[in-house]
Amino acid sequence: MSGNSTYQPQSKVLQWFEKRLPIGGLIHSSFVAYPTPRNLNYWWTFGGILSMMLGIQIVTGIVLAMHYTPHVDLAFKSVEAIMRDVNYGWLLRYLHANGAAMFFLAVYIHMFRGIYYGSYKEPREVLWILGVIIYLLMMATGFMGYVLVWGQMSFWAATVITNLFSAIPGVGDTIVTWLWGGYAVGNPTLNRFYSLHYLLPFVIAGVVILHVWALHVAGQNNPTGIEPKSERDTVPFTPYATVKDGFFMACFLILYCWFVFYVPNFLGHPDNYIPANPAVTPAEIVPEWYYLPFYAILRSIPDKLLGVVALFGSILILAFLPWLDTSHVKSGRYRPLFKQFFWLWVIVCIGLGWLGSKPPEGIYVIMSRLFTLYYFAFFIVILPLLGIFEKTKPLPNSISESVLGAKA
Amino acid sequence: MTTVSSAEHTRRDFLYIATGAVGAVGAAAALVPLIAQMNPDASTIAAGAPIDVDLAPIADGQIIKVFWRSKPIFISHRTKKEIDEAKNVALASLPDPEPDSERVKAGHDQWLVVIGICTHLGCIPLAHQGEFDGWFCPCHGSQYDTAGRIRKGPAPKNLPLPPYKFVSDTKIQIG
Ligand code: HEM
Ligand code: FES
Repeated sequence: MSGNSTYQPQSKVLQWFEKRLPIGGLIHSSFVAYPTPRNLNYWWTFGGILSMMLGIQIVTGIVLAMHYTPHVDLAFKSVEAIMRDVNYGWLLRYLHANGAAMFFLAVYIHMFRGIYYGSYKEPREVLWILGVIIYLLMMATGFMGYVLVWGQMSFWAATVITNLFSAIPGVGDTIVTWLWGGYAVGNPTLNRFYSLHYLLPFVIAGVVILHVWALHVAGQNNPTGIEPKSERDTVPFTPYATVKDGFFMACFLILYCWFVFYVPNFLGHPDNYIPANPAVTPAEIVPEWYYLPFYAILRSIPDKLLGVVALFGSILILAFLPWLDTSHVKSGRYRPLFKQFFWLWVIVCIGLGWLGSKPPEGIYVIMSRLFTLYYFAFFIVILPLLGIFEKTKPLPNSISESVLGAKA
Repeated sequence: MTTVSSAEHTRRDFLYIATGAVGAVGAAAALVPLIAQMNPDASTIAAGAPIDVDLAPIADGQIIKVFWRSKPIFISHRTKKEIDEAKNVALASLPDPEPDSERVKAGHDQWLVVIGICTHLGCIPLAHQGEFDGWFCPCHGSQYDTAGRIRKGPAPKNLPLPPYKFVSDTKIQIG
């Protein structure tokens, strides 16, 4: 949130205020005068969309919390009461449940964008790692929110996910008992998940502020991956980025509303409308779609500890990306080989998601193993080697040259 | 502002170190209740008292489920065939080798009492299913035999045995 502030409020009152707390100048320099590369495409609008989704989750969440009861005997009933009795309760809950899914959709697009254009590379490593932290917090928040409903899927998801920690040698079982506050998932577990589900979105909001701060120190990356060199390479945030972001936010909201109003349960699992029953595990348990790729990785490995290590490793490896990718060229646009491996990797990620929803048998297991192998190979083998062997295309001299042609 | 620096140790240095030390101890002490409050509370522990189970109504070949410490306990009244299957397997071929005699109480071969929680990630396996006549876990496909031993799938260990004893020939106490 740097940048030289040219902010000069007109009114005397605002001038008086600005002298005492220069917040107007901060906003002006961060979101009005802030120079953005002139060649940003629509893939750059997802940061704004993500902030909007966080806001929507917090607002709908706070009002849901006014009607929700975190107790094993009442949680499921209170969610049903939200659906049937509370004024517009059905809308608020569908907005929140589908909002989580849209939030993840946006974060995945945002991350794929970052990887394709090399946005994690110098000088944006810290910015990238803050993003990975936000993503981890989102996963924890979404998981705990899903448990709050206290349906069959909630209960068994809570059981399976907390049991991941039992794989830790020696202290695993002690940790799991501590997480549960009992000898199985139960009321203490539900109660603490509620407390944390309420808290974590605000922690996310805090990390988002750091993320945007780091962004405004390093400046935005852009489709060419070369840094702005002169004023001709940038345009002011307002109106250019504001309008572009706003337009795509509206498009995104239409998709979101389509889910909410036409297929509100499409992304959910019907078994979660059965109250939690600690005595019976449902015939098939699957997580929400946004966790499926990691679930497939977990199941592809026939060893408990290694499976859990691979699951967490597949997420944590993202934090090391800035150092695994050895290429000096940022943008995939000028990296012909990288481009192919990247798209294959995207297909593998989506394929793993599909496999995570299939029963772990026969051909599905074999495919999961191959896909898991490629997932990791992309980071550990392909990216380090590509930087050394790949022959990249020539870069334009500047952003404006790439947009306007060499003679400009 | 000017700061006076002296090579000598001052009283401020002493205060600095002493305050830091007390602060560190205080912070560590504060962590104890903050962490301990998440462990099972007194009522949860009290609810884990032993329970008695009457075995008489359980028919030959039947498996029942009871709850102890909010964990499901499988009590299997094994048939002759099931006992033989459990005994006649080559121990070396098991992922977690344990002879059948260590899975049951001496003289009570027909009664298998195990905690019904899959040792993989905690689902409840389904009885009388899978390739080994024992249990099949629907979550990630682990299979257990008639002695509750893991035979196939991602689970690393046999179904654990709860602490229990026979109070009479037809009654056990779990816990
Ligand atoms: C990062 C932002 C958030 C995410 C990703 C998220 C995610 C979720 C998810 C996936 C569910 C389960 C929805 C369902 O299947 O019904 C849920 C439920 C819930 N969430 Fe959130 N949430 C967020 C923020 C919040 C906040 C800030 C609050 C409260 C202040 C909140 C309160 C609740 C409540 C009370 C429920 C249970 C009622 C229901 O099932 O709709 N959430 N959340
Ligand atoms: S929990 Fe039983 S196989 Fe995973």
